[in-house]
Amino acid sequence: MIEVSELGRTFTVTRKAGRFRRTSQEVTAVGGVSFDIDAGETVGYIGPNGAGKSTTIKMLTGILVPTTGRVRVCGLDPSRQRAELARRIGVVFGQRSQLWWDLPLAESFELLRHIYRVPAGEHAKQLQECTELLGLQAFLDTPVRQLSLGQRMRGEVTAALLHGPELLVLDEPTIGLDLDSKERLREFLAELNTNRGTTLLLTTHDLDDIERLCRRMMVIDHGRVLADGPLAELRDEVTPERVLVVDFDRPCEELTGLPGVREVKVEANGLRQQLSFRRDATTAAALITMIAKRSPVHDVAVIEPDIDDVVRSLYHR
Amino acid sequence: MADLAIFARLARAQVRGQLSYRSSFVMNCFGQALAQANDLVVILIVFGRVASLGGFDIRAVLLFYALSGMSFGLADMAVGSIERLPDYIRTGTFDVVLMRPLGTLLQLFASDFQLRRIGRVLTAFGVLVYVLSTSDIHWSPAKALLLVLTPVAGAAIFGSIFVAANSVSFWFVDARELANTVTYGGSYLTSYPINIYAGWMRTLLAYLVPGAFVAYYPGLTLLDHADPLGAPAWFGWLDTPVAVLAAVLAGLIWRSAVRHYRGTGS
Repeated sequence: MIEVSELGRTFTVTRKAGRFRRTSQEVTAVGGVSFDIDAGETVGYIGPNGAGKSTTIKMLTGILVPTTGRVRVCGLDPSRQRAELARRIGVVFGQRSQLWWDLPLAESFELLRHIYRVPAGEHAKQLQECTELLGLQAFLDTPVRQLSLGQRMRGEVTAALLHGPELLVLDEPTIGLDLDSKERLREFLAELNTNRGTTLLLTTHDLDDIERLCRRMMVIDHGRVLADGPLAELRDEVTPERVLVVDFDRPCEELTGLPGVREVKVEANGLRQQLSFRRDATTAAALITMIAKRSPVHDVAVIEPDIDDVVRSLYHR
Repeated sequence: MADLAIFARLARAQVRGQLSYRSSFVMNCFGQALAQANDLVVILIVFGRVASLGGFDIRAVLLFYALSGMSFGLADMAVGSIERLPDYIRTGTFDVVLMRPLGTLLQLFASDFQLRRIGRVLTAFGVLVYVLSTSDIHWSPAKALLLVLTPVAGAAIFGSIFVAANSVSFWFVDARELANTVTYGGSYLTSYPINIYAGWMRTLLAYLVPGAFVAYYPGLTLLDHADPLGAPAWFGWLDTPVAVLAAVLAGLIWRSAVRHYRGTGS
């Protein structure tokens, strides 16, 4: 679906140097990234601000022409076949709208139908599906400017899907949404991927988006790909430790000498103890069995490393 | 042609929205008509003091004014929303434009279609009707054709100026004032016979920015008035070819500007 090799983009930035003189400087936004995305994949593209995410997206969608390297999306060269590609992919920008501000939502959809030259029957089918799944019915006749952000985003996603794209690119789709709207959108996107096989590529700062939606995560910083793989795998690779929290019925002395445990933290006089262990060295089940032999266990919990921690350690690796 | 149909559809949708606020629409329309009438007042005041301007009487100047006003009004209505390009570039809306399977210019023209701009056209049209009905023009089928073609060609010339001037925004983010000088300034200058301007300005106005073909030369032909500067009578017929040439040039400028934005041109 997407083939990218050694893709790079530099910008020329001019700076003031003295009253009239200006110096120009080459700034590398993306410095040679390579990846392939197959049809049906769900990929989260993450990185700190200024990492090069949006620039990559702009090159994938044909808005910007790459300085170096090669891109193919749906078998097309995005910068040369911009219009053709536009009919086959959908793009949602969280921060800018592709709807008509003063027109009712339904009318925006109708205009898009003509812009994308979608046959009326097909358009009606897609619209009906989105209307049902995203609950648009109540505000289809409301001018876009009067919609809440959550309603507008549902409209934006619908607008990007009406021409039945094979690939949906979302640039920070959940930014600014409340928890409920976020969850609703994620659910919809997950279903879209399962039922229609639409490939999803999304950039986000909300790692819950990745956790809920993406089987694969790509981390980019300073224009380079730092990590690429399934979320679980990356998690194991970067932060291989889990924490087992054990609550006892009565205070228990520090649990020493357990195989695979790196560190033990004793809390509340030994009523609660936290054990950090490597997942490849032992299992939570084995540990629990051994601990239960020493003292009666009241409750246990396994804490997975937070995805934020994973990403933070990736950025600093 | 299919693209034109989409333009019409986009424009119609926006007009529907504008007409839903009826009184505000009427006020806006009136405001536009008044803006166009400003220049008319200036001409009337000038002719209160002098009997002729550069050898032209008031009817001739009003004819230039009317042709120029209609051309500008039509161009402003059709392509005037390109003025918002600097905002689109700054806010990233231009990226949305680039993501659609449609020409960029067409989308920009349709992005903010304002029917109220018809106020300008109506004022100018009123003056045109008045001038034509009170002057004795020796009508022929050719002249009638020229009369119909002139506002269209003039609109194309102004439209090209709009596009070319606003293309600068891709290099300098807020170049709106510069663009306005050329567009609105052009509308004002072309309302008068060009022989009243100094030589260098005339060259600039007549040929570099082909404003003289908007109203002056076709007006001379309609009036059977010899050009005081000695241009042959068939110059009036050049407005359509000049308009086509201007449109092609503006298109090329636009294309290289967009290319610069996307990063192949620089």
